[in-house]
Amino acid sequence: MVPRRSLLTIDELGADGITRILELADHMAEVNRRPNPKVPALRGKTVCSVFFEDSTRTRLSFETAAKRLSADTMTFSVSQSSLNKGESLRDTIETIAAMGVDAFVIRHRSSGAPQMVTDWTTASVINAGDGWHAHPTQALLDAFTVRTTLARTGGFDGLRMAIVGDVKHSRVARSTIAAFRLLGAHVTVVAPRTLLPPDTGEQFADEVTDRLDEVIGGIDVLYLLRMQRERMNEALVPNLREYTTRFGLTAERAALLGPQVLIMHPGPMNRGVEIAVDPGELPGAVITQQVTNGIAVRMAVLFDLLGSGGLNPMNEGTNE
Amino acid sequence: MAADNVGGTESAHDTKQVLGTDDVRRAITRMAHEIIERNRGLDGVVLIGIHQGGVWLADSLASEIARIDARVPVGSVDASLYRDDIGLRPVAPGAVSDLSFDIDGATVVLVDDVLFTGRTVRAALDAVADYGRPRAVQLAVLVDRGHRELPIRPDFVGKNLPTSADEDVSATADGITIGTA
Repeated sequence: MVPRRSLLTIDELGADGITRILELADHMAEVNRRPNPKVPALRGKTVCSVFFEDSTRTRLSFETAAKRLSADTMTFSVSQSSLNKGESLRDTIETIAAMGVDAFVIRHRSSGAPQMVTDWTTASVINAGDGWHAHPTQALLDAFTVRTTLARTGGFDGLRMAIVGDVKHSRVARSTIAAFRLLGAHVTVVAPRTLLPPDTGEQFADEVTDRLDEVIGGIDVLYLLRMQRERMNEALVPNLREYTTRFGLTAERAALLGPQVLIMHPGPMNRGVEIAVDPGELPGAVITQQVTNGIAVRMAVLFDLLGSGGLNPMNEGTNE
Repeated sequence: MAADNVGGTESAHDTKQVLGTDDVRRAITRMAHEIIERNRGLDGVVLIGIHQGGVWLADSLASEIARIDARVPVGSVDASLYRDDIGLRPVAPGAVSDLSFDIDGATVVLVDDVLFTGRTVRAALDAVADYGRPRAVQLAVLVDRGHRELPIRPDFVGKNLPTSADEDVSATADGITIGTA
């Protein structure tokens, strides 16, 4: 049996693949706006979410997406401590695969775990976040949010985004930077040096700085990353108040942003840390739209992988 | 503009034109009259074009109907998420469905360019049903080329065109052509 296609990283999609998913997501968003937001597209398919790391939001988003396409869903959750050896992961996957599933949605604390899973099953594998490595559906929903809010259906040429915070430990940052740059955006990474990965060359971002105030005046999108408290214990930032002063969205900085500047966050927010104002009072905040769009984008990913006969759907149209 | 060339003209890519621009225009005018006549007016009548090929035809029919009688609501529906061959071949939805009016109790005229196996129309019927419960659904196609695989029959036809199953039929405002695959 030919293995089904998988979605592990943004890079494997390329600009064309990202655009294909975002166009599909337009259709899914239309389905979601209906009184009965459900279509029969993936009847008879089974999607199993396997989360080795807690993330209720992401898991619910994927499961809602699957249900709206009429797929059946299964959930396998494990606490972080019980299973993280390669052998056990393999046993888990092979057992569930034997029950007959068409797609695995995998969240794992170890980078590369979803890639390993593709060796053990012919089902599609969707990376729902692995270690510090990648979170491609988050990047796609971020891109979809900008595309729809700013009417950027033709790509992101000329769009300027600043992504602020703990880039080093962030799979969201890695995937979102890659997606926005593939679509043509200019991406500036803003972070303290201690929270930058070692590889911040031109491959990684268009610009890197530790001065948020120098870039905030010339951007279209301000993307704030979640600041995890354990980074302070690791002595990577002196204290959270200092972090907020230099890198947080304070009331003073919010006043410098035009109303058309989008403010994004992958959630969950640390209020008072990376965002020290009420996002409900910021006209450009699209943080709840990101959550809503997550469902449409994940429907698009599931349909792209399971609904196209395993072939590249760009090759042919449907002529009756 | 191409004149009447019903007899067929050979062009590049092994395509044969069977109807010209004027023929298509006249067929659309006749179908518009038939839609008004069959429904004894336009009360509750709405047009819904099936993506991709049915959308331009629904728009043309609507402007013709407006010229003859009155304006009717026009929408479009994309049936690709309702097809019965999902997973068997590549599916690439076209434009997004646009149905901004209520279809409960309406007389929906589904519009497509070419009627072939009937599977797209079946999918479109399911799609329309997700938006409401029309009083009746009628089917208008510019070309009926035969080879039905489902019990579906058009109510309004621009041109009945016998074809073999492996031919390609293209129907636009510029004319109708048959190509050999």
